[in-house]
Amino acid sequence: MTYAKFSLYMLVLALVVSLSGCSEKTKEGGEVIRIGSVAPLTGPQTHIGKDNENGARLAVDEINVKGLELGGKKVKLELLGEDDQAEPKTATIVAQKLVDARVVAVIGHLNSGTTIPASKIYHDAGIPQISPSATAVAYTAQGYKTAYRVMANDAQQGKALGQFAVGKMGAKKIAIIDDRTAYGQGLADEFEKAAKAAGGEVVAREFTNDKATDFTAILTSIKGKVPDLVFFGGMDPQGGPLAQQLKRLGLSAKLLGGDGLQNVNFLKLAGADAEGVVASSPGLPIDSMPGGPDFRKRFEAKYGVIQVYAPYAYDAVYALVDAMKRAKSAESAKVLAELPKTDIQGVTGPVKFDAKGDTTGGAVTVYEVKNGAWQVLETVK
Amino acid sequence: MDIFTQQLINGLVLGSIYALVALGYTMVYGILELINFAHGEVTMIGAMVALSVIGVLLGASPDLPGLMVVIAGLLVAIPACMALAFGIEKIAYRPLRKAPRLAPLITAIGVSIILQNLAMLVWGRQYVSFPAILPRGKHEILGAHITDLQIAIVALSLLTMAGLWLLVERTRLGRAMRATAQSKEVAELMGVNVDRVISSTFVIGAAIAALAGVMVSAYYGLAHYYMGFMLGLKAFSAAVLGGIGNIAGAMLGGLLLGVIEALGAGYIGDLTGGFLGSHYQDVFAFFVLILVLVFRPSGLLGERVANRA
Repeated sequence: MTYAKFSLYMLVLALVVSLSGCSEKTKEGGEVIRIGSVAPLTGPQTHIGKDNENGARLAVDEINVKGLELGGKKVKLELLGEDDQAEPKTATIVAQKLVDARVVAVIGHLNSGTTIPASKIYHDAGIPQISPSATAVAYTAQGYKTAYRVMANDAQQGKALGQFAVGKMGAKKIAIIDDRTAYGQGLADEFEKAAKAAGGEVVAREFTNDKATDFTAILTSIKGKVPDLVFFGGMDPQGGPLAQQLKRLGLSAKLLGGDGLQNVNFLKLAGADAEGVVASSPGLPIDSMPGGPDFRKRFEAKYGVIQVYAPYAYDAVYALVDAMKRAKSAESAKVLAELPKTDIQGVTGPVKFDAKGDTTGGAVTVYEVKNGAWQVLETVK
Repeated sequence: MDIFTQQLINGLVLGSIYALVALGYTMVYGILELINFAHGEVTMIGAMVALSVIGVLLGASPDLPGLMVVIAGLLVAIPACMALAFGIEKIAYRPLRKAPRLAPLITAIGVSIILQNLAMLVWGRQYVSFPAILPRGKHEILGAHITDLQIAIVALSLLTMAGLWLLVERTRLGRAMRATAQSKEVAELMGVNVDRVISSTFVIGAAIAALAGVMVSAYYGLAHYYMGFMLGLKAFSAAVLGGIGNIAGAMLGGLLLGVIEALGAGYIGDLTGGFLGSHYQDVFAFFVLILVLVFRPSGLLGERVANRA
């Protein structure tokens, strides 16, 4: 058991003890409404996972400070943070745990690979789920009425990247690497489709995993096929060493990636070899978000530097609470009926869902590393 | 051809790191028949301590020559890991030396988890990046690229292995280690201080692990509290492949495993026409391991355990 989990158990235990006899009431007599938040809080993606939870927590804290009333009754929100370790297996366990803890809704999970198996459990329990960052197409394509997301999906992102690679970057021979996670593979598949459709040739399709640090073997094999662009579908802990090894092996190809690379950590991990790397991010750059600069100020005052998805987790909580207000209830079924009608102005822009639960405002922004920082190249709708 | 040379170089660099870590597993197993699962974590602690020292030094004066800073980091990391291993042996293994063999195995796993979580608390959950301060010289051999760092890693590994071999074969301590490995009781009767020999074994293995840890983090440009796990697993496999308990076997097994992985990942996709992709890199390596163990259950250079008892 990890330390974080242990302390969480102790917290839950303390809660159970203190609440026994007066079920789920605060001292002021208001009802406590539980919202789950799931992200990897241990393992290699911890920094991004904690960022998600902090984004959600910021929203919950703000709403509690302002005070929330549902149907005339005062209520208090409580965020239950769970750790899915970025493992599909653990994801289903914590999902069941949240269902048993009778949460109203769940903000999460972070990875597509964990969000999809967990979504079945939430669906069966009738609990709405809003993922801040899962972008795999399959998540909302299962036909679950409980599955929502506030970020452009891989089809939208991969398509934009494929067109951008061939059209704007002039790539002709393309090598593709993915980390075999639902996210990496999904993004790479969509990229491949769009790049081929735009007239690019895919000369190599290689694979790694989400714990690897050595890519010299696959990069060497790719080098033999002389591509002018290498696309990586995966996250920054792999992307950093990958960028370094690409240069070290003398490949002249440009490295292109998705939102898994487009963050501060990638710059640190790739060091000087980050220069010239191009990556996209769904949505707008934080400073171009309608509420971006203000959100940054509030977030950084409490939790430090924003990694990447915190504003999306924040918006997801507000979308959920908005639906609760309209439903005048914190019952999952009633909230679920209101969610499709969501139309709020979030930090990341307007939050609206289509019939499948995907966001309708799915902009994708492409960035390039120049002088050691991500610079906006252009925004693709 | 240049691709093949490059894959071979990739494999040798990776393999020499595996070999260094494998030495720690095999030395302890040779003497105690204990699989010290915390060894991978000792490697990680080595990398983390060195990175902290490097960070402090660079913070104090950014103009220090990079190589000196890294060596300073290494010089702190090595004694830190030695002290750590000494402590682990004393606290977690020595009280259980007479216990059934499964008990110290469990404490080994326990220590490994404790170290991981301690490192997470001390250094955080983020990946720590290795600053780009080492010389970035590059050479071309037969069309393959090799960097100064890669040459240094292979050369240092070979030197360390040679040094260890000399220590075990040519010194009094080495002779005591070999005697203890053959029979603790008889060695003790002959006046060998078995406790001290066992402590020394752990401490020497940890010093080598610290070196390997710094190499890994310099090579891949990062360190992480989780990095010891997979590295430890691979190194353990390398030790088994070469014949666990056999020092030359650990070196051979490490180098072989590195080369097999590189060649496997590089060629498996093309050879099977895309049916098996490069994500079968580890599967391929472990498949070779199983194959070797089927025909030589005690590893490539391993002796049959029955002969030793």
